[in-house]
Amino acid sequence: MKILELNGACPVPLAQYPQVLMAHGGGGTLMHQLVENIFGKEFSNPLLDARHDSAQFFVPPGRLAMTTDSYVVRPIFFPGGDIGSMSVHGTVNDLAMSGARPLYLSCAFIIEEGLPMETLWRVVCSMRDAAKKCGVQIVTGDTKVVDKGKGDGLFINTTGIGVMEHDLEISPKSVLPGDTVLVSGDLGRHGMAIMAVREGLQFESTIESDSAPVHKMVLALIKAGVEIRCLRDLTRGGLASALNEIAEVAGVKIAIDEKLIPVREDVHAACEMLGLDPLQVANEGRLVAFVAAKDAVRALAIMRRHTGGERSASIGRVMEYSLPLVTVRSAIGASRILDMPSGEQLPRIC
Amino acid sequence: MKYLDEYRDGELAQKLAVEIHRFTTRPWNIMEVCGGQTHAIVKFGIDELLPKHITLIHGPGCPVCVTPLEVIDKALELAAMPGVIFTSFGDMLRVPGSTTDLLAVKAKGGDVRIVYSPLDAVKLAEQNPAKDVVFLGVGFETTAPATAMAVFQAAQKRLKNFSMLISHVLVPPAIEALMSSPDCRVQAFLAAGHVCAVMGYEEYPPLAAKYHVPIVVTGFEPLDILQGILMCVLQLESGRAEVENQYTRAVRREGNRPAQQLVREVFHVVPRKWRGVGEIPDSGLGLNEDYAAFDAEIKFGLADHHVDEPADCLSGLVLQGQIKPHECPAFGGKCKPERPLGATMVSSEGACAAYYRYRRHNLVETNIK
Repeated sequence: MKILELNGACPVPLAQYPQVLMAHGGGGTLMHQLVENIFGKEFSNPLLDARHDSAQFFVPPGRLAMTTDSYVVRPIFFPGGDIGSMSVHGTVNDLAMSGARPLYLSCAFIIEEGLPMETLWRVVCSMRDAAKKCGVQIVTGDTKVVDKGKGDGLFINTTGIGVMEHDLEISPKSVLPGDTVLVSGDLGRHGMAIMAVREGLQFESTIESDSAPVHKMVLALIKAGVEIRCLRDLTRGGLASALNEIAEVAGVKIAIDEKLIPVREDVHAACEMLGLDPLQVANEGRLVAFVAAKDAVRALAIMRRHTGGERSASIGRVMEYSLPLVTVRSAIGASRILDMPSGEQLPRIC
Repeated sequence: MKYLDEYRDGELAQKLAVEIHRFTTRPWNIMEVCGGQTHAIVKFGIDELLPKHITLIHGPGCPVCVTPLEVIDKALELAAMPGVIFTSFGDMLRVPGSTTDLLAVKAKGGDVRIVYSPLDAVKLAEQNPAKDVVFLGVGFETTAPATAMAVFQAAQKRLKNFSMLISHVLVPPAIEALMSSPDCRVQAFLAAGHVCAVMGYEEYPPLAAKYHVPIVVTGFEPLDILQGILMCVLQLESGRAEVENQYTRAVRREGNRPAQQLVREVFHVVPRKWRGVGEIPDSGLGLNEDYAAFDAEIKFGLADHHVDEPADCLSGLVLQGQIKPHECPAFGGKCKPERPLGATMVSSEGACAAYYRYRRHNLVETNIK
């Protein structure tokens, strides 16, 4: 049987089964082969190679951070990324929002019967590469196969553990009036990349997702002694949701200026066409940082030095107010509320 | 972004605002007809730049908001039918009917899909010959040509599994209905630029003359709207009542003739009920006899039934410009975008939703709410 080859280095293992079968999750020989030849082989590291029910490791000194996230993105592959790299970046980024250095990930796959083996393998290779780039190890995992029609191809859950090697209290509660608000790059790219593929929208250039790890940027800020008050990665709901959640917990007003917020021209155009607000659109490699005003210039310089952070910007500040609120100064200079999107963003009709 | 940023220039906006201040000597009430303009006014804070005694009244030009409850209920009935793929623009999915909404029908297993163009619904019908594809055709003259094209194409392709639930409405009869009401406070209109891009503005001079109101065809960007307001003020201050075109980059006097022809081919003018307003004569579009096979109401034998609006919802008064959204007792309490009582709180173009999204803080500060 012909073995599918995407590149010379990595032919699809298990090519005798071009599709995932129920038996691949059944606990028998086929499942064993799947674990050995795909997951075990690609994710190989000493902790995983022990093939125990649970990974065992010593904990470095310091506080630990732990997080979990499930990934159900459709389509599985999209411009600028795929569900595999995203499932690593997303969880690494959640750890980074505590200022933690990510150490270990678990991963659980829920696979719909009939998923092409090549698809699974490409996703696993992408996770392997992303984990390597992030400096984390995938140390334990789980596989379940569900009946055809009972899943949407592939769902992945990853849980991450990281160590906090700092004494900062990075949390919405630490945000104070006077703090400066920074974003780590242009906004709205992931959401619009997915929308463009899903809806078959054609633009002059392809909008690529911003899916990327941000922990190195955060660790650099901590190392430089920047007084970080709060960090939040800007996923679903975009900047609007993140700022509103933080304003709510901190009991402050956050005032930002629309003109200072970086949004790429093509993303802006796509949002205008669909009637969406780029500030409410999802990102996968962007964070908002609340830092003490005295450190803002220095922090911005550090963020801009990181790959993907070149367009980092200072977009506003925190103010005292009688109730939690996020306001944005419009292009023509008037102020309005920036609200959370209510439910899913729906396109406008005319 | 080219063709947009030029019309959002802060300095030019300030200059136009200064001009408006300079020429305004008396209080004036100006209605922007279109929900898209309401949205831009509140989003960009255009009204904050205006003299205090210019009041903008938010008109009924939001297709989601004026689609009657009965039509939404029919949509819900159709969407729940087995074998039906129900297609709609995204905004309609959250509009509450008398018992539920399309999102809830979808969650219960109804095949409800968002499309960006009625032509996508025609494509779906071709791809799913065993299913009945229904499109919810709502909107003003702006979207009518696309709806007409979908019906026209479906007829050309002899599709038997495509139909439409139609609730298209027309702007000039609504202006006439507003002006003839004894409670009307409107002294000038910003006519909707996109509607006029299709229809032109030959229908407006008789209205301007009959009711002695200035009508200015206006675009949707901040500078468009400010310029439109300035043109209204200049007319009002000098006692003129003419039809003028601010949106010259998109609108010609005669409009888009081929689009109008297509609309006439497929539709004819019918009386139509507007949610919150009531029936307005000659204010809607219905399918011509030649295309009756594409009428979902006939095809599925949907019964007419009268339903009452929730008593707490004053969206009718909001749509007629008689109260501002925050003057409704339910605003922000019983009625929020997540739990809307009426459609004006649902659509991003609805006046209530626009006030809720962008204005709550001002309302809090002035203790109105």
